[in-house]
Amino acid sequence: MDGLNFDLTEIPLRTVNDFLHKEAPGQGVKKVTIANPDGAHNIAVGLDFAVEVEVIGHAGYYAGGMNKAASITVTGSAGTGVAENMMSGRVHVKGFASNGAGASMHGGLLVIDGDAGLRCGISLKGGDIVVGGSVGSFSAFMAQAGRMVICGDAGDALGDSLYEAVLYVKGKIKSLGADAQIEPMGEADLKTVKDLLAAAGMNHDPKDFKRVASARSLYHWNADANQEY
Amino acid sequence: MCGIVGLLVKNPALKSRLGELMVPMLIGMTERGPDSAGLAVFTDPLAEGERKISLYSGLTEEGEDFNWLGLAHELKQHLGVEARIAPQGNHAILTVGIAPEPVKRWIKEHHPKLHILSTGRAIDLYKDIGTPTEVSNRYDFKHLTGTHLVGHTRMATESAVTPDRAHPFTAGEDFCLVHNGSLSNPYGVRRMLEPRGIKFETDNDTEAACRFLEWRLREGDDLETALQKGFEELDGFYTFLMGTPDKLALIRDPFACKPAVVAETDDYVAIASEFRSLAHLPDIKNAKVFEPAPEEMYVWTA
Repeated sequence: MDGLNFDLTEIPLRTVNDFLHKEAPGQGVKKVTIANPDGAHNIAVGLDFAVEVEVIGHAGYYAGGMNKAASITVTGSAGTGVAENMMSGRVHVKGFASNGAGASMHGGLLVIDGDAGLRCGISLKGGDIVVGGSVGSFSAFMAQAGRMVICGDAGDALGDSLYEAVLYVKGKIKSLGADAQIEPMGEADLKTVKDLLAAAGMNHDPKDFKRVASARSLYHWNADANQEY
Repeated sequence: MCGIVGLLVKNPALKSRLGELMVPMLIGMTERGPDSAGLAVFTDPLAEGERKISLYSGLTEEGEDFNWLGLAHELKQHLGVEARIAPQGNHAILTVGIAPEPVKRWIKEHHPKLHILSTGRAIDLYKDIGTPTEVSNRYDFKHLTGTHLVGHTRMATESAVTPDRAHPFTAGEDFCLVHNGSLSNPYGVRRMLEPRGIKFETDNDTEAACRFLEWRLREGDDLETALQKGFEELDGFYTFLMGTPDKLALIRDPFACKPAVVAETDDYVAIASEFRSLAHLPDIKNAKVFEPAPEEMYVWTA
């Protein structure tokens, strides 16, 4: 069995997710298309094997959440929390993504062709996010590891309380969050951006990107700071 | 959590289908708001000197058996007012040819449990407890006609589940507001407005936002200026959708904590908390779908 098509106007999403969790891995399913998602929540969440899933239309909340190994494409937009807590694999949103895209991701690649909403990559723990458009405020808040490439602009408080995640921004940054700073691009940074753009299928010059990383001044409690950060 | 929906038709041919297009939008937001539902519809305005008043009898002892024709008769007898009444169970639209204040005062005095839902030349307002499906059926929403409407499904967090605390809220004439979220300073806003003679009917946080914005409009602000003052004065989480006789307006708080998505075609603008409520609309596959940005004003004119 190579390819399967599900139409969510005819079959409940729960049945499709159940199939993808239980039967599909053992049946050698390679590709699944899901038609008429119509903004349903939790499409293709918790997948645990190498399968290609194409969602044709707009997805609701948490599409591709907790993904492991699968490659999931949403041809329209994605609601809150797309690819949240992804472990590995790939999630590609061809439209825009709402708030909290890639929240708490541990691994894998999230590609958003359009804009991402607020709090993109919040608490990122690993993996990579490439956004073709702009990201909203508080993106990469408390991001611990992993990388983000933002081809458009960033909103307020980018990278607030960053740990070791590194952000690359081509456009304007409305404001940096506490402890985030712009640093020079090294050779390794240029290569990282080049590789991630290639993986995302986007065409930009890595030299146009700025590197944002943690100044690490919040790592240790400073009693003299008087709550002024 | 709550659900909001709004629909404005640009193509006049769709005015007769406004309710039919909107009912699935409202029902689509049932999971976000199963305890109450309501909507305000804006129709072609009445003549300058006429007003319509939406009334709700669900809090009276008679409930849906309220004697609406008797009410019209009483108004004729006591105030000498010719009133037309269009009853529908526990709801009625009363139309009068004079300034509405004496009529409303008389109603409040003689039928204190009769709830005045809205007043204006263009607005009809319906709201009640029950699921969106139940409330839609109760008032036959699918046959509503008009240029635009604002709807809400409620999951109460800040005040009790009662018909008068359901949305939309109104203040003044021909203005309504629905809210997804929770305000953190409604009592501060209230303490600022009450000494100015503005009276509140419930303890609901949304009512504070509604009365604040209507007060600004009445003080002469245009809609954009009033909304800007709203950004400055109203604290908390909100997506607000507002209706005036010729406009729909949408704003989201700076943190965009509560969702909204817009679909626009040559024929209509539709707004909902989630795309689920827009998926059935005609030609939606070719609509321009976008997420409104935080702290921006979106105003559409009918």
